[in-house]
Amino acid sequence: MRMREVSRRAAESQAILSTETKEWHHRHVLDLDDFSRGEIEAVLDTARAMKEVLGREIKRVPTLRGKTVVTAFYEPSTRTRVSFELAAKNLSADVASISAQASSVEKGESLLDTVRTFQALGADILVLRHWQSGAPYFVAQHVEASIISAGDGSHAHPTQALLDLFTIRERMGSIEGLRVAIIGDIAYSRVARSNVWGLMAMGAQVVLCGPSTLLPSDIEKAYPDVIVETSSEAALEGADVVMALRLQRERQEAGLLPSLREYIRLYQLNSERLARARPGALVLHPGPMNEGLEISPEVAHGPQSAIEEQVTNGVAVRMALLYLLARGGHAED
Amino acid sequence: MGEKVLLTEVDIRRALVRIAHEIVERNKGCQDLVLVGMHTRGVPLARRLAALLKDIEKAEVPVGTLDIGLYRDDLPYREEPPHIRSTDIPADIVGKVVVLVDDVLFTGRSIRAAMDAIMDLGRPRRIQLAVLVDRGHRELPIRAEYVGRNLPTSQQEEIQVRLQEVDGQELVVSVAPEREENMP
Repeated sequence: MRMREVSRRAAESQAILSTETKEWHHRHVLDLDDFSRGEIEAVLDTARAMKEVLGREIKRVPTLRGKTVVTAFYEPSTRTRVSFELAAKNLSADVASISAQASSVEKGESLLDTVRTFQALGADILVLRHWQSGAPYFVAQHVEASIISAGDGSHAHPTQALLDLFTIRERMGSIEGLRVAIIGDIAYSRVARSNVWGLMAMGAQVVLCGPSTLLPSDIEKAYPDVIVETSSEAALEGADVVMALRLQRERQEAGLLPSLREYIRLYQLNSERLARARPGALVLHPGPMNEGLEISPEVAHGPQSAIEEQVTNGVAVRMALLYLLARGGHAED
Repeated sequence: MGEKVLLTEVDIRRALVRIAHEIVERNKGCQDLVLVGMHTRGVPLARRLAALLKDIEKAEVPVGTLDIGLYRDDLPYREEPPHIRSTDIPADIVGKVVVLVDDVLFTGRSIRAAMDAIMDLGRPRRIQLAVLVDRGHRELPIRAEYVGRNLPTSQQEEIQVRLQEVDGQELVVSVAPEREENMP
């Protein structure tokens, strides 16, 4: 019976296997530093199919019926959370959510206890955002469910980086060989960090740019293949893609910036600066934007901006990840 | 591992020509037809049928592609999720006659998934099914209107359709199951 089942399945999937099956071996998505190019491509290709679903009148497919996705956010976020919840619902999964403010977290329950409770309630995939770097790794070691990091501290934000890669590939055709300038608060940016891994795996040239107080001190050692610039003009020269990062106003309060006005003068992505990049260079921003601070409104909403498209692509990429992680149980052998 | 040729290039061509004529006959022409090829090998077969219909009726029949990955019923039982390809139906299918095209009809589960996928895209007037090979062993109440060749098979053997566009050759073969020591 087992043999029959296996051979039938083999026959039915023969068409799928014989074409370029892209590898996918992840049980969790915690960062992109352990993703091969093939694995990233598997996500992006799957996301393209998901985007087709998003273009339909009825944006729902039955793929994850009976699976439960729990989102646990220990840090405020509306966009990422809604994006994940829509992604799960579009695939017909059941969705439950906890936020730090409205649960026993307030009563002092530990992260692990909360997560175990949700596992006991039947969560197959747990989407975790935490203010502490490394929290998703810790949780992944202790639970059976698959963990997707929705951002941890200043460490990683893999799904944001994947949606950026998806947007770049969709708009520019391919990522290989592109010069991608990331400008802003690099030191505290989990978006920048995950993007560096993803972009390098895909063969792009990454330029990281910001005031020296907002660049990690060990940056050249950590990313030997990355170009580091403190001048935004130099970073933008010949760039195919420009990503402006959100500037947290706390940075100025912490004394890392002399003034916001100076930051605007030296680093704001405005039309004048953008003109140094390649004609038609793509403009990205992980959101939410401080318009008039790290990016000017005319660039944010201009013809080169894909910032709104990034939001739609975020849902498609998260659907792809949920799909790829929700394979049937674990191997019995 | 033995391989037996079941259909040659000529057999495949004749089968498709006959299917094209049957499609025209059954639908009294090509009006309101949309051909939808199921990934992978249903796609080139649908394109070939469209070309044949153009020869026969001088009419352009739209061709779409369909990936059923998101509608499969075996996802919970697989260790690896199948790779999802693009679904692209260029015409509005509401009120149309959709002809699903696939290479092999076997358990019928793929066709069930394809019908669900089509229904999510709109309400066609009718769905018909064209396959190059019907090898039997249905597990669902599904049958094809257009069959290139009925090939009685054993459940263990593997039927491979190889098409020029995908495989670089034009053949239908049967591959005997690998004999394993100590098979249960």
